Amino acid sequence: MTDKATEISTGGQATGTSRRLRTAIAALGMLPVLILLAAGFQFLNPRFLTETNLLIVTQQSSINIVLAAGMTFVILTGGIDLSVGAILAASAMVAVMVSLVPDWGLLGVPAAILVGLGFGLINGLLIAYIKLPPFIVTLGSLTAVRGVARLLGQDTTVFNSDLPFDFIGNGSLFGIPWLVIIALSVVVLSWLVLKRTVLGTWIYAVGGNAEAARLTGIKVPLVLLFVYGVSGLLAGLGGAMSAARLYAANGLQLGQSYELDAIAAVILGGTSFVGGVGSIWGTLIGGLIIAVLSNGLILAGVSDIWQYIIKGLVIIVAVALDRYRLQAGART
Amino acid sequence: MSATAKVETARQPVLEMRHISKTFGAIRALQDVSLTVHAGELHALMGENGAGKSTLMKVLSGAYRPDAGGEILIDGTPAATGDPIKARASGIAVIYQELSLAPNLTVAQNIFLGNEPRRFGIVDRDQCARRAREIIARLGVSFSARDMVSSLSLGERQLVEIARALSTNARIIVMDEPTTSLTSRETDRLFEVIATLKSQGIAIIYISHRMEEVYQLADRVSVLRDSGYVGTLERAELSASRLVSMMVGRDLSAFYKKDHRPPDAKRAVALSVRGMSDGRLLKNCSFDLHKGEVLALAGLVGSGRTELARLIFGADRRTSGTLELDGKPVTINAPREALDAGIAYLTEDRKELGLFLDMSISDNISMGVLARDAHGGGLRDFAAAERRASKAVADLSIRTSSVQANAGSLSGGNQQKVLLARLLETEPKVVILDEPTRGVDVGAKSEIYRLIDNLAKRGIAILMISSELPEVIGVADRVLVMRDGTISGEVTASQGEPLSQEKIMELATGAAQQ
Repeated sequence: MTDKATEISTGGQATGTSRRLRTAIAALGMLPVLILLAAGFQFLNPRFLTETNLLIVTQQSSINIVLAAGMTFVILTGGIDLSVGAILAASAMVAVMVSLVPDWGLLGVPAAILVGLGFGLINGLLIAYIKLPPFIVTLGSLTAVRGVARLLGQDTTVFNSDLPFDFIGNGSLFGIPWLVIIALSVVVLSWLVLKRTVLGTWIYAVGGNAEAARLTGIKVPLVLLFVYGVSGLLAGLGGAMSAARLYAANGLQLGQSYELDAIAAVILGGTSFVGGVGSIWGTLIGGLIIAVLSNGLILAGVSDIWQYIIKGLVIIVAVALDRYRLQAGART
Repeated sequence: MSATAKVETARQPVLEMRHISKTFGAIRALQDVSLTVHAGELHALMGENGAGKSTLMKVLSGAYRPDAGGEILIDGTPAATGDPIKARASGIAVIYQELSLAPNLTVAQNIFLGNEPRRFGIVDRDQCARRAREIIARLGVSFSARDMVSSLSLGERQLVEIARALSTNARIIVMDEPTTSLTSRETDRLFEVIATLKSQGIAIIYISHRMEEVYQLADRVSVLRDSGYVGTLERAELSASRLVSMMVGRDLSAFYKKDHRPPDAKRAVALSVRGMSDGRLLKNCSFDLHKGEVLALAGLVGSGRTELARLIFGADRRTSGTLELDGKPVTINAPREALDAGIAYLTEDRKELGLFLDMSISDNISMGVLARDAHGGGLRDFAAAERRASKAVADLSIRTSSVQANAGSLSGGNQQKVLLARLLETEPKVVILDEPTRGVDVGAKSEIYRLIDNLAKRGIAILMISSELPEVIGVADRVLVMRDGTISGEVTASQGEPLSQEKIMELATGAAQQ
């Protein structure tokens, strides 16, 4: 009896250690890929790892990371949000238009966020309560909201050269661009919600097994409404960031196919496409990989066409490697 | 049958597994296990969950490579190990509990799925249909090769799996608890097919927890315990006590021990169900459940027991019916409302409807009470979750290395205990247990019975759905029997007499009325 007990406990320790190791590796995820890419680009062009360039990379990735953070919530529940690019465009239009109102121009930012939240909640209502498939709902709103964005400016570009919140897009605090500060804050807040709150655990539970979640007493529709609301809200914030950077917005061109970059960042970050497994830190690394690729390829003098091809291949190869590594881990 | 088995024994065994060990890191999943199987023999493999049966079969099917020193001989010649394709080519087929059929394809298409007969690189549909017909004829079953799998019952689907095994010329077929979700008629059908297979010289390795089946079918029984080989019994040597003691290594005389006092008529009613209908199967179901009572809900599969339980729990929509809890009317339209009122439900399908396999044991146990434990307006209280989980692991003796391990890493019995722990954390007044010991090993079974007994002692009302009559009779104070969506009768124990198995079967099958 005592023999058996000690055997079990030593076995337990061993699994504990290897499991911790595996969790650590899983958390690292794509970080090695990011580091390798950075090292490679530095080798090709020594200007890559300079302070100025790194600031440019992080700044360029910030809007995608904000969108991808929202997308992480959605994909963790096993859903998808294809409408974030369109919502970003509509919100950016609203941000610039409100900024033109004398004295109240600063309200452009909250207005953009509210517009994004509104569209996100409409997605959420249709998915959670009418029980329509997320892909179809957000595919529809991708088109419809794009139309709204164009309608808002009568299909023209709206400008405000005296944007009251332009510091968001072009200013910095202690040398760090506001865009980067906002993106990092969104990531940290998302982490807090996902890993430290009851709601966050429910999100993982709904993604892992929605019917079990319902039978456990979790209000699944509310959780779904929340994640699509968050995704919309962050797309709205992305719209404000984008408007602040450009002093302008265009309903037709802005945010085209941003949803694909956001999804790519989430998947590169190791979040499972069927839901229930994943982390926001992975998404951050995924977003940075995409930005490093774009920037590095430009610095290396690769043509625009080849950039597309290489980016696509890197995404596929990176995820394939990741799957392979996880499977090998699970087997031993 | 046993006569043919004896003749075969003299010949060379079709399969020999010798000195098979398998370690995963520091965990030893199999230790020097040997198994010999003859053609035309049904060799039952028994043991508690986690004893190593599944690992051994995965070694056989090539999913795992055994540690050095172990070898597999087929017809006396060493076979490749750790290669599923070669294992299949050498005549080994495994039928898992979770069937792997494509419901939208025909029987013939499923039989040859991934292995289609081809001509000029194109699937040869004629040959496909012809060979499927031959195989189906060999099994002597009632469905046709052109039927859609979605139109077949679970039992028939299992036969399609067997047909698929035959299509690859399997000579050794492993069946992993094949009767778990079958009705008794389907089970009989399966047993006939098994007899046919044996007469054709096919060896069957049959994993089961059900003693009666093993008695009925097995030519020999091998038992595994704690990753090791315990022994093999010939058919003539089989006895329940011997098998059980081989499996658990201890005496199980107190298997169905009832410590709680069966309630008398004066005991207060905990849950009163009136006129429950769902507009589909259930028609006007009414009953009372008393405090401290274990009430069994018996009946055939498909009689509406799970549907009634889900209706009471608010998981499905009812068309009529009312509930009273402790004498007060309650309205329950969702599981959340049932849990808030003090009604908890344990699902019959723990993997699909119960567990969060990718989440920790601790999260799984606390999932129903996260909001109650939260502080600061919705922040997780991880210490509380850890406390609850550690206590549950100790109370229910859940075997795990850590409460942070994934629920998916546990064996069936321990997963069931995790679900029971989650249910108990909600501090229910009424507990509905749907097949609480399905797919659970003997040791865990007795622990679950003890738990049910303890709950009843604490005054909790328990409604237990079970398809195993010995369990119903051993555990329950009173039995309701369902048939065709209605409650067809009640069986109570009268003065010193135990609950009558015959009466329950009569009510369940409708024999009483004829």
